[in-house]
Amino acid sequence: MAESPKTVLTEEQPTLHVQGPPAQLERVPLVANNRSIGWISDRIAGVIEGKAPGWWKICFGISVTFMTICFAMILYLMSTGVGVWGLQHPVMWGWAIINFVWWIGIGHAGTLISAILFLLRQRWRTSINRAAEAMTIFAVMCAGIFPLIHIGRIWFGWWLFPIPNSYNIWPQFRSPLMWDVFAVSTYFTVSVLFWYMGLIPDLAVMRDRAKTRLRKFGYGLFSLGWTGSNRHWSNYEKAYLILAGLSTPLVLSVHSIVSLDFSVSQLPGWHTTIFPPYFVAGAVYSGFGMVLTLLVPLRRLLKLEDIITVRHVELMCKVTLATGSIVGYAYAMEFFIAWYSGNPYERFLFFHNRAADPFIFGPLMHTAPAPYWWAFWTMVTCNVIVPQFFWFKKIRTSMLIVFFLSILVNIGMWFERFVIVVTSLQREFLPSNWSYYSPTWVDILQYLGTFGLFFTFFLLFLRYVPLIAIAEVKGVTPQADPHHPLGGAKQGGKH
Amino acid sequence: MPANTYAIMAEFETAAATLHAAEKVHEAGFRNWDVFTPFPIHGMDRAMGIKNSKVGWFSFIGGCTGYLTGMLMIWFMNAYDYRIPIGGKPMFSPFAAFPPSYELTILFGSFGALLGMLFLNRLPRLHHPLLKNRRFALATHDRFFVVIETSDVKYSDAETRRLLESLGSRHIEWVEE
Repeated sequence: MAESPKTVLTEEQPTLHVQGPPAQLERVPLVANNRSIGWISDRIAGVIEGKAPGWWKICFGISVTFMTICFAMILYLMSTGVGVWGLQHPVMWGWAIINFVWWIGIGHAGTLISAILFLLRQRWRTSINRAAEAMTIFAVMCAGIFPLIHIGRIWFGWWLFPIPNSYNIWPQFRSPLMWDVFAVSTYFTVSVLFWYMGLIPDLAVMRDRAKTRLRKFGYGLFSLGWTGSNRHWSNYEKAYLILAGLSTPLVLSVHSIVSLDFSVSQLPGWHTTIFPPYFVAGAVYSGFGMVLTLLVPLRRLLKLEDIITVRHVELMCKVTLATGSIVGYAYAMEFFIAWYSGNPYERFLFFHNRAADPFIFGPLMHTAPAPYWWAFWTMVTCNVIVPQFFWFKKIRTSMLIVFFLSILVNIGMWFERFVIVVTSLQREFLPSNWSYYSPTWVDILQYLGTFGLFFTFFLLFLRYVPLIAIAEVKGVTPQADPHHPLGGAKQGGKH
Repeated sequence: MPANTYAIMAEFETAAATLHAAEKVHEAGFRNWDVFTPFPIHGMDRAMGIKNSKVGWFSFIGGCTGYLTGMLMIWFMNAYDYRIPIGGKPMFSPFAAFPPSYELTILFGSFGALLGMLFLNRLPRLHHPLLKNRRFALATHDRFFVVIETSDVKYSDAETRRLLESLGSRHIEWVEE
């Protein structure tokens, strides 16, 4: 073992001569081009250590501007009242709740990647989990703004917390809205804990590479004195496994509870037992859409193509296809149950108030077009038809098309929430109450503003924290395997 | 050996060599020693003779505490301290109280896992003799270190050094306290 040959690649050394296992037993490497484990540190840490690129500065400027708009709109809302939004009877839940559900759904992909794929031993997740978890945290922050500001009298927001109010009355826990408070705040906290624990070894990497005193101090402080001791790794890996095991039921419960906000009510279109699994599938679908939107350009801009390979993008597309198909099935099932139940209100809502378009289905059903037929059909196009393109390898491996489709996924999922919230409310039981809901400029700027908030945090994350889990990616290379020739094992995998 | 020595540190270049070295050091009967790696190496716990981590217990106790906290809190608030009758429903029902309690189970269980891990590892720790060593900075990059503390009863300057050399380490040095 004394003479271990130089078996791994560095930038200057493009060839490799190692007797590996037979080709049919060798797995496809997760890091392309057989990069050395030192290269992985250098490449990922290099993203932070270099000067901020021009595109970063431009994007950051735009994001901060929109973040300011976000806060300005909150201020305007607080100083004037919810009348600045487009809400009016009978649509008393508009863009605020749509955006809340949309943002929190996006977060779900991060937890799916970090927790569920970890339990399923999907080792490719290591290249994308850090950025996806960061996306989760920032998306939940954006989501959390909306329930707080949509309550009207924001200064009573503390009534949501288990604190007695001035008459000593406690919150009422039979309401799903209270469950939601617990679900979302737990989700945020646990996501931060999980993300931070994954960061500890990587912050130690940054500490040990730091050139300036400030960086050494900052990364040193937050890496908590991590040394890479195997006795520590032993506890660390167990804690990681447990957190993954806890996050899995958590992420499934969060969007289930969000869906209970709707389905516990008695309204046609909301009062549906399919909602919890259907919401979770939709959340994961939209979240993967967002992960693709973020990582497809980033892998190119930051030259991370060897770590986030085309295969990674393909696998993400496949998850999008799977969850998108579940969503499509759920839509079909909703229509089937609306018809099969024989309930006239359910039938009216689904067939006449959602699907009836002015061209085909409306005339076929002899009914006037639904006021929001265009929203419904945008949703169907983006959520049922678009993911089916991912059956084709040519499309999954074409980054430009994947990027374009991933944006359509996000648009589709926004419209899904729009359809659920608005069409169910806007034609209520008394036809004299019917009205048409449209947002105001404040609604629109508020929503765009949360993008500013999200991207401000995400861009800061790219600059100050390793955006890929360095230690985890090292751990899935062949060099990390003591039974692999690249890991130093001699012939036959004997160490 | 210079005075004030904390440990002897041997550097290895591959995962297999480190695993092999750890097995031998463990067989030699050392107690105050450790392996430092940029990532966890599969099989290292067994090679070093480390038992299953106890983090699970912290998480389990945290989770139970969370569930009980949720149930008791909701019972206290809605059925004991200030009863709120809603639609003829029972003042306390474990079903309505379940979702928040479930979330608190996960919340406290997660804190148990993270804080339990930090407690068992005696972290955060702002100072460590190894972190002063320049060479040791490679432990988070691409090198593997086997470190035997001088406080170990089996430790002897010449013998231990010879053992580490025989295991194939090409760089051995003493680490200052």
